Amino acid sequence: MDMSIALILSQDGITNGAIYALLALALVLVFAVTRVIFIQQGEFVAYGALTLAMMQSGVLPATVWMLVAMGALVTVLDGGLALKAGQGRRAASVAGWNLGYPLALAAVVGGLAVNELPLAVQVLLTLAIVVPMGPMMYRLMYQPIASAPVLVLLIVSVALHIAMVGLGLLFFGAEGQRTPAFSEFSLELGPLMVSAQTLWVVVVSVLLIVALYQFFERTLYGKALRATAINRVGAQLMGISPTLAGKLTFFLAAFIGALSGVLIAPITTIYYDTGFLIGLKGFVAAIIGGLASYPLAAVGALAVGLLEAFASFWASAYKEVIVFTLIIPVLLWRSLRSHHVEEEE
Amino acid sequence: MSGENAMNKQTQGSAASSNADAKNPVLEVKDLCVSYGKVEALTDASLTVGEGQIVTVIGPNGAGKTTMLSAIMGVLGSRGQVAFDGSVEGVPEVERMVARGMTLVPEKRELFGEMSVEDNLVLGAFQRYRMGKRDHAQTLEEVYALFPRLKERRSQAAGTMSGGERQMLAVGRALMAKPKLLMLDEPSLGLAPLIVREIFRIISELRRRGVSILLVEQNARAALQVADYAYVLETGQIAMQGPAHELADDPRVIEAYLGLGGKHQAMLST
Repeated sequence: MDMSIALILSQDGITNGAIYALLALALVLVFAVTRVIFIQQGEFVAYGALTLAMMQSGVLPATVWMLVAMGALVTVLDGGLALKAGQGRRAASVAGWNLGYPLALAAVVGGLAVNELPLAVQVLLTLAIVVPMGPMMYRLMYQPIASAPVLVLLIVSVALHIAMVGLGLLFFGAEGQRTPAFSEFSLELGPLMVSAQTLWVVVVSVLLIVALYQFFERTLYGKALRATAINRVGAQLMGISPTLAGKLTFFLAAFIGALSGVLIAPITTIYYDTGFLIGLKGFVAAIIGGLASYPLAAVGALAVGLLEAFASFWASAYKEVIVFTLIIPVLLWRSLRSHHVEEEE
Repeated sequence: MSGENAMNKQTQGSAASSNADAKNPVLEVKDLCVSYGKVEALTDASLTVGEGQIVTVIGPNGAGKTTMLSAIMGVLGSRGQVAFDGSVEGVPEVERMVARGMTLVPEKRELFGEMSVEDNLVLGAFQRYRMGKRDHAQTLEEVYALFPRLKERRSQAAGTMSGGERQMLAVGRALMAKPKLLMLDEPSLGLAPLIVREIFRIISELRRRGVSILLVEQNARAALQVADYAYVLETGQIAMQGPAHELADDPRVIEAYLGLGGKHQAMLST
């Protein structure tokens, strides 16, 4: 291996690592606020990438119908509850957001020649379709069992993951898809050719991480999510409902997932089930951060990305094995150095 | 009301609405019951808090005081009727109660330990902020005026403060919601005498500002001194009630709650 190969591998590693970092942050956030292990994070990646790919090939993405179906269920549940309580205006707003919005979106995406729209609009439409599935999923699957043990929530996540992979096969077919790059240029840095898409991935990831940091540090809603993660009872007494926190968290996680998918679609061929492996690598990174520390998770994500890149050069057949084996020493190290922290009072 | 028949349920029933000073009741609780599985922790508890009143509930450990506050707040499920600020809640629900102006300072404070004092306080105004009342910067100054110590420590992590400061923070955070009714669960628990005195000074100061207060305390003497009206809760039932100064002179209350520790508690509370 010479210097230029090492540089190319590092570039790959950092690009993937940036995506894993985003996914790891979302996993840590979802777990901290709702105690849900968000296994289906990877499916949001695949749904994002493949929805965009379908739009570009001029087909109405079936995910839009999934959104309509989920929205209809939410409308029945929440709208019904609101009507029962005699809150007609609330029922109307529930129906508007959960039924009106998906139908309007379906009409827009179905009515326009989406494959001729500029890429930015396609990306926005993709996010508009995939992201609302996050909070709807929380409402339908997790909210009724919000206080269940972590293990039960995990089982629900596994079930949702399997269901989403199956639906993905139905929606997108077994063929892999790759979308064209966002822009066609490359940067020459000494011996290294940096492709535009690599820059897109790294820059967007860094911007998103900074934006998330600002959200959690500066805005009251961000602080409310942190507060829920720190002390659920205390947060509830402030009127921060676990439901609101859960939906907001799932919104952010779905946004991060779908955006990651859109970002990597030009780099990697995405199949209906590719998301799982990507999500799992984010999960390894999150575990390095103990499912609690954001900076450690981000560092872990970079490590996972670099390890994967170099492993694929030396022993490409074993690259997944090598990456996932990393979790064993990490767990060992964590369990040896972790000490029991007394809860406040 | 004498000691023996105060335990009698009939006496209690006829006296249920006898908090006569409560002309505009902020809170009216009727026949509230809470059970943990088959064990009934609270049985037919009724109480009234009038506007601007301090009402205290005293009683021994395990009598159901915390359970009662949790049920009124909606943290625990209950049966019975809770009327707050003129409208009846079937089963109270926490976010709704907060939105309608009720706050609870729980016994365990439940602060956000890793966040700064100021963030803790600002989060107290979350529900108001969500409803579009974005005046928390001004409320924050008012709370800082009441608790200058919190202003000094505004950027310190809440978890690193002393017990008294944390209690002040818990009360301050509750005040950020501009509550109509403030419920305090054992605010003096585990605090040094000087701090206890400070906490009770603040409680009377709050009343002067028109906040109605429901105070649950084991420090009976201090509670009876500051309160207008008092209830005694024993084994999940309201055993006695009356104007605080009358209860403070009641032989049974003196024996059970003020007795031996009385002098000591008096020192703490004056």
